[in-house]
Amino acid sequence: MPRPWLLAIGLLCTGCSSNWQSALEPQGDVARHLDGLFWLFTITAVVIWLAVMLVLLLGLWRRARLPQAVADRRAGIAVGAAVAATVVIISGLTLASYLATRPLASDAPDALVIRLRGFQWWWEATYQDEAPDRGFLTANEIHIPVGRPVRIELAAADVIHSFWVPNLAGKQDMIPGRDNAITFTAQQPGIWRGQCAEFCGLQHAHMALLVVAEPPEAFDRWREAQIAEARPPADEVEAEGQRLLEAKACSACHTVRGTTAAGTLGPDLTHLGSRQYLAAGMLPMTRGAMAAWIADPQGVKPGNNMPMVPLTADELQALSAYLVSLK
Amino acid sequence: MRQHIVADLGDLPLHGQKSASMTWWGTLAFMLIEGTGFALMIGVYLYFASLAPEWPINAPPPDLGPGTGVTLLLLASLVPNWLLGRWAAAEDLRRVRIGLLLMAAFGIALMVLRIWEFAALNVSWDANAYGSTVWVLLGLHTTHIVTDLGETFVLCAMMFSRHANNPRRFGDVQDGVLYWYFVVLTWLPIYACLYGIPRL
Amino acid sequence: MSDERPPHDLRDTMLAEASLAHGLTRTWRTPAGLLGALSTVDHKIIGRRYIATAFVFLALGGILGLLMRWQLARPEARVIGPDLYNQIFTVHGTNMMFLFAVPVMEAFAVYLVPLMVGTRNIAFPRLNAFSYWVYLAGGILLWVAFILDTGPDVGWFAYVPLSGPQYAAGKRADIWAQMITFTEISALAVAVEIVVTVLKQRAPGMSLNRVPLFVWSMLVTSFVIILAMPAVMVASTALILDRLVGTHFFNPAEGGDVLLWQHLFWFFGHPEVYIIFIPAVGMISSMLPTFCRRPIFGYLPLVLAVVGTGILAFGLWVHHMFTTGLPRMGESFFTASSMAIAVPNGIQIFCWLATIWYGRPVLKTPMLMILAFFFTFIPGGLTGVMVASVPLDTQVHDTYFVVAHFHYVLVGGAVFPLIGAVYYWYPKFVGRMMSERIGRWVAGLLLVGFNLTFFPMHILGLQGMTRRIYAYPEEMGWGGMNLFVSLSAVVLAAGFLLFFIDVFRAARHGPEAGENPWGAATLEWATASPPPPYNFARIPVVRSANPLWDSPDSLPVATGLRVDRRELLVTSVTEARPEAREASPSDSIWPLIAAICTCSMLLASIFTPWAVVWGMIPVAAALTAWFWPKGSPEEEA
Repeated sequence: MPRPWLLAIGLLCTGCSSNWQSALEPQGDVARHLDGLFWLFTITAVVIWLAVMLVLLLGLWRRARLPQAVADRRAGIAVGAAVAATVVIISGLTLASYLATRPLASDAPDALVIRLRGFQWWWEATYQDEAPDRGFLTANEIHIPVGRPVRIELAAADVIHSFWVPNLAGKQDMIPGRDNAITFTAQQPGIWRGQCAEFCGLQHAHMALLVVAEPPEAFDRWREAQIAEARPPADEVEAEGQRLLEAKACSACHTVRGTTAAGTLGPDLTHLGSRQYLAAGMLPMTRGAMAAWIADPQGVKPGNNMPMVPLTADELQALSAYLVSLK
Repeated sequence: MRQHIVADLGDLPLHGQKSASMTWWGTLAFMLIEGTGFALMIGVYLYFASLAPEWPINAPPPDLGPGTGVTLLLLASLVPNWLLGRWAAAEDLRRVRIGLLLMAAFGIALMVLRIWEFAALNVSWDANAYGSTVWVLLGLHTTHIVTDLGETFVLCAMMFSRHANNPRRFGDVQDGVLYWYFVVLTWLPIYACLYGIPRL
Repeated sequence: MSDERPPHDLRDTMLAEASLAHGLTRTWRTPAGLLGALSTVDHKIIGRRYIATAFVFLALGGILGLLMRWQLARPEARVIGPDLYNQIFTVHGTNMMFLFAVPVMEAFAVYLVPLMVGTRNIAFPRLNAFSYWVYLAGGILLWVAFILDTGPDVGWFAYVPLSGPQYAAGKRADIWAQMITFTEISALAVAVEIVVTVLKQRAPGMSLNRVPLFVWSMLVTSFVIILAMPAVMVASTALILDRLVGTHFFNPAEGGDVLLWQHLFWFFGHPEVYIIFIPAVGMISSMLPTFCRRPIFGYLPLVLAVVGTGILAFGLWVHHMFTTGLPRMGESFFTASSMAIAVPNGIQIFCWLATIWYGRPVLKTPMLMILAFFFTFIPGGLTGVMVASVPLDTQVHDTYFVVAHFHYVLVGGAVFPLIGAVYYWYPKFVGRMMSERIGRWVAGLLLVGFNLTFFPMHILGLQGMTRRIYAYPEEMGWGGMNLFVSLSAVVLAAGFLLFFIDVFRAARHGPEAGENPWGAATLEWATASPPPPYNFARIPVVRSANPLWDSPDSLPVATGLRVDRRELLVTSVTEARPEAREASPSDSIWPLIAAICTCSMLLASIFTPWAVVWGMIPVAAALTAWFWPKGSPEEEA
């Protein structure tokens, strides 16, 4: 399914990649609010800092001598005024902060609901639907429609994680035993990266999430594709790959809908090939990277929960070809 | 630096009583530390109680018998404790010895009852968060009884030794008395928590 | 020693200067030899040990910081693997907070407070010795564990369930939790000593409105310690119990709650920042008048500001939990209280500025460090206002922005004044001056190195770099700035290295300091440098807040204390009216033995709960021996 605009954005992102996980490049309603507030605070802070430095320098430089009683009286007035100014500024900033909090709490009845669960060290996304057979699971990459509020319900499967896609919104923790949620709207199409923000163990550094915001039609197409079962193997090699997936240890942890692989410990792989990255943002989705990952998961991402499954070179070839083909 | 003498303090007493004694202030400071600890543990208890859909979690409320016995015994011990404080202030060695023996007896009796009290909690520490909290709360208070009992033994031994007749020792006894008030006082909110809240 | 005891009830009134000094030295000195060193209860010797040990931990923690910067200098570097990296940042944070910052501030107080209030030893000097040994054992525990590859790896705030029984196998998290117990015991003990010293041992006439500001700040700090540290004791004990005997405090499946940990930890953890910061502002308030050559402006507002900071410190903890999904209304309250703390801090800054403005500032090294403080702490305070805002915090929380923020506050706000304080009080500790020339370099390197290292981290955080990551993909575009940060860290390290060199150099080659090299106003400068074991031959009598300025020629003193036993003065709480000539305990080996017993018990309890039961017996025996009267003159009453 060709999606030229997606490709264009992808190219754009590699060009200026430092902006795809940045609070300074807001692309969602919440992030925009926060960006405005950020600059209000920052400019206030810079002005205060400059003023204090100026007074300090002048104080060091001047050599006026006053009788202590006079000096103390003048100092009293100056300090009193400065404290009063502090109280006013602080109150103003508190008020601004409070006002900025209100839109964050807004409820959106027509929101798209995605349930996101944090695992050590990947993300499981559940898209629910009134029709049970139209719900599906995916991992590490979520798609959202532009212009429609998205409510992400956050949960944790093991330890605390934190959902943070700075271009779209602030972060919200995923806490075992507690339910959290965050609502935001992407204002234009694009691909943004998020990363677990709460230290969650060995591979906390490699727990990334991709958020693809696309026009509603494109989103619907993606959704339909995800609802579908895995695409059947197109050739002998891929067929061998599917057989290996079902026969080897892979199926103990992973599900590929449409095959007998139905494990639930690891990410759902039904449409693995449609994702841009592998292993929660570590590797690009290519056959080579897939083979490297399967051959030595502990070397690529030390400490992660995927064991090395012994495979011959041919088996590795077949399996990675099959997995990448799962668009 | 050169010095000039402006005061002669030679007539001051060699040892201060009550608020003129450093150990009295030290005892207060330690009571503040431990009191904060108790308050926090009670806070934890109330926090869990507010989160749980039912309280106590999967357990009947603790039996009232042993806990109430401990409470009554603690309250009763206030009388000899108060007397001991007065006798120590009067530096009456014979009576202080009697008072300390009495307090030691109370301490031992409390420890025996306390063992039953743990059994009467009707929940194990590893059953759930409720069990963990009540065990730790009770354990924390028990530590204080044990510590004070140990201190009473040592004071007893001291008061029967050649070091007894010294205002300092009587000061130590008074600090012990002060501390026991604290042990009794902190028990009352714990008792209310452990036995009252599950019955609300 | 007893065979050369002076005659009974020898008073200082009976002796001439020379024989008074001789007699007092004989009573108060620490005997030579290993046993003497291990038994000493002299607050100056223990304070010096405390300070030196804390700076060793600063250096070690700094090396860990450099190792992290080495790993982060390039994207996806493989210098350090994730397992080691997690241990490194955990030990770095734990070490800096629990083994360096809090102890070093208390260490300065252990040394200086008795001198500044004009007494001869700290209250409960044996407890003081005990607290040092326990602290040392806690430090050794953490570092030995780290070297043996069992260093804690769950972050310095050890959030459950990551640190709980299910996800932190092995003993790493237990080491962390038990090290907390060690350092808390020692910190609490010192806090009690300081409170009682300040309240009851001030020189006659030092009413509360004449107490030096550093002493005020340590009094407030000690109360904050007393009220805050029990929270982390409760938390770490609950964690150990969860891990060792299967309790369920933090297990949501059995009615426990993971956020309880965060509440308890930050109820301690936020005041912890003020436990580090308040002493530092006290240092500034005590040093600034000396270098501005005028009394501090706003003594009363400064005292009230410190007290206010200490109180407000307990109303801020939730601002570490703004992203956990607590009710919005409660969060807004904590935003307001977190911002409100800017007011007392503002008062202090403005009073200092006024002191500089209306003074005649001299730019000696301590003053340079105070200027570095102004330059660096204020941005830290202002970013503090940003993280206090719930909505802004949701963006910057747990990113390098916060890493930058708290280093600005802790290094700029506490370590810079501390380095200034070392330059300032070193002559008192050692009797020799540190180098002004090297001092200028130190100040410059620290200021420049620090800001170049930590300022870019604000931007990195905003660009999405989360904290506690051991690697980042090249495509994130953080590589250049991280390399810059890592190179700048070398400059910062050079500043610290030069500082340490000066410390060692000056101990041998520095010029003699004399009693009062800076022309300062407070009592610690009224005695020799370093002070004799008894601090003051006669107890000073205080008539103003700046005693040495108001009677520059001759110190008013009181007599009548005994020379043949360790005797000091107990005075009333508010007016400091003399109440008693109290004995101060003599040297004893039992604090060390009690510390060994306590530490062994705590260490063994990592492995079995029975260690507590059996370990109590030697602890009780050692404590009994410690307190058992030995018939020394100090026993008389």
